[in-house]
Amino acid sequence: MIKSRFWSTAATQVLMVALCVIISVPFLVVFFNSLKAKGPASLMELSLPSVFQWDNYAVAIERGRLFTSFLNSMIYAVVGTLGTILVTAPAAFVLSRRAGKTTAFFYPFIALGIMLPTNFVALISVMQFLHLMNSHFGMVVLFIAANVSFSTFIIYGFVGSIPRAMDESAAIDGAKPMRLFFTVILPLLQPVIATVSLLTFIGIWNDFMTPLYVLNSSAAWPLTLSIYSFFGRYSQDWHLVFADVVLTVLPVFVVFLVGQKAIVSGMVSGAVKG
Amino acid sequence: MIEKRLYPLWFLWPAVALYAVLFVVPSLLGILFSFTDWSRFSPDIHFVGLDNFVEIFTSTGNYTSYLGNTLLFTVVSNVLKLILGLLLALALNRPLRGRGIYRAFLFFPSILSFLVVGLIFRAILHPSHGLVNTFLTSIGLDFLAGSWLADPNLVWGSIFTVDAWKGVGYVMVVYLAGLQTIPQDYYDAAAIDGAGPWNRFWAVTFPMLIPAITVNVVFGLTYGLRVFDIVYVLTNGGPGRMTEVLNTSVFNEFALGNYGLGTALSSILFFVLAVLAYFILRAMGRRKVEA
Repeated sequence: MIKSRFWSTAATQVLMVALCVIISVPFLVVFFNSLKAKGPASLMELSLPSVFQWDNYAVAIERGRLFTSFLNSMIYAVVGTLGTILVTAPAAFVLSRRAGKTTAFFYPFIALGIMLPTNFVALISVMQFLHLMNSHFGMVVLFIAANVSFSTFIIYGFVGSIPRAMDESAAIDGAKPMRLFFTVILPLLQPVIATVSLLTFIGIWNDFMTPLYVLNSSAAWPLTLSIYSFFGRYSQDWHLVFADVVLTVLPVFVVFLVGQKAIVSGMVSGAVKG
Repeated sequence: MIEKRLYPLWFLWPAVALYAVLFVVPSLLGILFSFTDWSRFSPDIHFVGLDNFVEIFTSTGNYTSYLGNTLLFTVVSNVLKLILGLLLALALNRPLRGRGIYRAFLFFPSILSFLVVGLIFRAILHPSHGLVNTFLTSIGLDFLAGSWLADPNLVWGSIFTVDAWKGVGYVMVVYLAGLQTIPQDYYDAAAIDGAGPWNRFWAVTFPMLIPAITVNVVFGLTYGLRVFDIVYVLTNGGPGRMTEVLNTSVFNEFALGNYGLGTALSSILFFVLAVLAYFILRAMGRRKVEA
């Protein structure tokens, strides 16, 4: 019995190490080759560079105009995330607290958007009509709208765990709705807001399809689109493509290291309650 | 009426307005446009009845095969991840040294963009220099080396593998959250009754995992039917149009200027997902009533 448990644990360990290798090797190939000269990098070998060419990164940033794209991505992801929280947290709060026909209609109405696909072709005509095409402002507004469903759904689930007694004691102290929400409720929502913020940030940062449809002018491109177009133009220059990939992965990697727990807890919500 | 005073409805309006204007209106407008000949080539838009749908389902334009590919991708990629993810979760739910690190490794690819994952695997699967082929050659298995993204016999397998490499960690994490809610007593009781590992799985683990399985299936269906990025970046629908899925064909029609046809294809997807969502919401509502 004990012996068989030892062997099964050992086998699991070996298997897990093998899987981690399978996960890591592609990243190592990309990272090592992003530091090689053009010739050696095009062989895409899993080996350390003989000379570390850090200026590949400078070249990739300059030729791909990645600095602008990086800023664009940051604006979309940061402002889009803040905006999403700002419009969905109060909505989720009222949807959860207030009974009645209006909230009973709007909660499923909003939640449906999690599953349904966006009709991008028709969306473009709406965006044109509203003069939101090809602008930073338009992109931010669109990203907020696209995240309303998911964010409301997750925050709604959390509001239920905050006792109503909190609201009532604030009301007795004479607090108005705005003050109640921002000084009492919002601080209590902090864990779920951290989670939703991280997921929204990552989602906007990674989005490729939305800017592909909406943005023709490269001045407003986020990193994903710039890198795709860079890959089209420099598909022989793998060292630069790899440097690009590293630059795109890095912020997400940092977010992952800082907020792994919060990210996971957001992604699995619903899995335990049913 | 403390409710009305403390929970004003206007808290809803900014979210509802954005969602209505930029999600609901385009969806309904799209359904309307799908009955028209709207295109880039003519300023006028005419009502053409079901022409676009007739074109999609009866023409030689292969649209039905794109629908079939979307279903193929949804079913195979999800079955693969649901099974692999469950095995990984079961392995990493036991006390195992380093399991936190293993979980983190397996989970990390699922938060990357498909674009990045696609580009990485364009390199790894490169026919002449890619790591997969050079590795196979170096261990004397050159006959296994192939054009992973261009050979019609291999391309779907490559897409499913890359998709699982990226997505299995997410499925695993959802299962793990479900596994952690199962009280140890249940297993102890089953063990006293003489249940072996196989019976313990079917009598305790599986029924207790139903919520986690539901979440994985719902997210998996939604993701699979809406798939775009990974196909677009890995194969762009090729070789030929062999791996074209619904959303890549919508983008093609959009790029060609056939807006009416594009909205029709998109509306088919909308309809399928709306029906699915209806049944899922109904099933969830029923479970809540029973509980």
